[in-house]
Amino acid sequence: MATLDIKDLHVSIDTDQGSKQILKGVSLTIRTGETHAIMGPNGSGKSTLASTIAGHPRYNVDSGSITLDGEDVLSMSVDERARAGLFLAMQYPVEVPGVSMTNFLRTAKTALDGEAPSLRHWTKDVKQAMAKLRIDADFAQRNVNEGFSGGEKKRVEILQLELFGPRFAILDETDSGLDVDALKVVSEGVNREHSKGNMGTVLITHYTRILRYIKPDFVHVFVDGAIAEQGGPELADRLEDEGYDRFAAQGTAAASA
Amino acid sequence: MAETTQLNPGVDDDIARIGAPSGDATLAIAGFTEEGENLSEFNDGTAQHGLKKHSHGNAPVIPEASRGERLKSYNLADFPVLTGREEDWRFTPLKRLRGLHTESLDGAGPTVSVGGAANIQVETVERTDPRIGCAAIPDDRVSAAAWAAAPVATVITVPAQTTADSEITVSIRGKDAAPAAQHLIIDAQAFSKAVVVLNHQGTATLAQNIEIRVGDGAELTVVSVQEWDEDAVHLSTQQARIGRDARFKHVVVSLGGDLVRLTPSSVFTAPGGDVEMYGLYFADAGQHLEQRLLVDHAVPRCKSRVTYKGALQGKDAHTVWVGDVLIRKDAEGTDTYEVNRNLLLTDGARSDSVPNLEIETGLIEGAGHASATGRFDDEHLFYLMARGIPEKEARRLVVRGFLTEVIQQIGVPALEEHLSEAVERELAAGNL
Repeated sequence: MATLDIKDLHVSIDTDQGSKQILKGVSLTIRTGETHAIMGPNGSGKSTLASTIAGHPRYNVDSGSITLDGEDVLSMSVDERARAGLFLAMQYPVEVPGVSMTNFLRTAKTALDGEAPSLRHWTKDVKQAMAKLRIDADFAQRNVNEGFSGGEKKRVEILQLELFGPRFAILDETDSGLDVDALKVVSEGVNREHSKGNMGTVLITHYTRILRYIKPDFVHVFVDGAIAEQGGPELADRLEDEGYDRFAAQGTAAASA
Repeated sequence: MAETTQLNPGVDDDIARIGAPSGDATLAIAGFTEEGENLSEFNDGTAQHGLKKHSHGNAPVIPEASRGERLKSYNLADFPVLTGREEDWRFTPLKRLRGLHTESLDGAGPTVSVGGAANIQVETVERTDPRIGCAAIPDDRVSAAAWAAAPVATVITVPAQTTADSEITVSIRGKDAAPAAQHLIIDAQAFSKAVVVLNHQGTATLAQNIEIRVGDGAELTVVSVQEWDEDAVHLSTQQARIGRDARFKHVVVSLGGDLVRLTPSSVFTAPGGDVEMYGLYFADAGQHLEQRLLVDHAVPRCKSRVTYKGALQGKDAHTVWVGDVLIRKDAEGTDTYEVNRNLLLTDGARSDSVPNLEIETGLIEGAGHASATGRFDDEHLFYLMARGIPEKEARRLVVRGFLTEVIQQIGVPALEEHLSEAVERELAAGNL
């Protein structure tokens, strides 16, 4: 059982107009086996939380802490965080010219495990995982994400999730831009990995539709850089019916107060 | 059919996302416009540097009507003195040529020693030898000057029906910076097979003509490796004439030197020829690596493939790739494709890439070209590191992967290994 603990996290970014605060005191505890859905309108800071956990240099942590079983995550470099067991499925996976998927996956696996995977098993594992996610075999020879469609990129993110087996997975709007079939395939991949019982999952989403396929234990609603409301799966149902409007009204009221 | 792609297309502008552009730093590169078509600022051979924003002033580069019409002559006087405004010199910083285009080329020049295969013939011949001019005719002034100035020529002959019993290595070692000329002839006679590796090392200010004759049915690979000291200046014309059903592979690897400018060309003289031309270049800060290719499809049913890849790192690292392919009226059934890819590893580097295709007949199998220049940016790094790969390894992974495609084409294991190591050294030197 592992615990990812986020306490009173304040995060800002540098803009042309100076520093802009995005997260304004976020606290969240995720344990192995749990699925947390983080929902909220655009610009509420959901993706900032994901990128900050992964260590993207664009985001400055002004105060607060992130710990993984007591270890200070914020003092780790991006690659150290990954090796500690944090995985971010990216909202916009970048194309990496010159590096084939095969080479990339093997290099990453080697770095994460501290030793090269057995070639025979690894090749088989990759093939099977790709087949389950309905990724064409020839993608293995292509450069990382180069020329992939939006849906293909998201499948490849989940492929990595399944192959690397992280302790905590943060899925940053993995559902956006997917058609229903792709959404099912991707959700099944997440559920397969989650059901092994070794992973805690943070599902960041704007829409409720992915929650039909991935059942959250907890739902947190982000508004203006902080958690405005949290509860069980029933909260997602309420959001589906009511949308984010009542939170927006709160935000406006707070701003004008 | 023409395709031009970009590795890193623009992305939208959502503030809180991973794929955000990494900073808004603008690239301020002298002489660089959106088209990348201007002369480099330091190009002018005569005017005082820095007086004008663009050295070409009011005299624009005049494009040729056709690449096939470029002047060719053995006579130096036929070529006007270079100004830097010529179409084929417009990217070359003439003032860094150390006099190759102005001085007499009477330096001793690099030594040439040929080793490897035992069943071939190596001679040093006088300028009167009838084989001089068997495959090449100068098509620029420096080449013509070198033609006139080279006192002797080294001739490597692979006799007809002979398979060289090992690789032929030609060690070219420069000792000093005096402007010099050199002439080599590689004569692969009918139905012979050989691999020739030219190794350029040391320091030199060298204008070089290499004639390559690929006889009917012959199979020849020529690899030209430039691992010069960092001050070297090297202009090399490497012209090949391809016989009936002959196969020719030409590989350029440019790593060292201050200014290296190669003009490889392949001219088909009879049907059935097959040419592959590969190039790999890695430019560091201040280095100018230029390659201008010509594939001349003058006869029917020949095939050509061109693949050049370059990496650049450091301020004012500059690479130029110009790929001219001519499909003349009689060249029915031609099948050609050329591609150039460049990877900019740091800010301040400049890569010019100009594919040109001239087609005079529609009765061809295929003709195409592609050019893409991409940046290695912080988002690539973040992506790879977010998968546990340490920073240095991530950078090397990208560059190695990018250049390996060309290295693998050489087919000489020891050389492939050597070049992989050389690329690693380049990366280490750039602190990547």
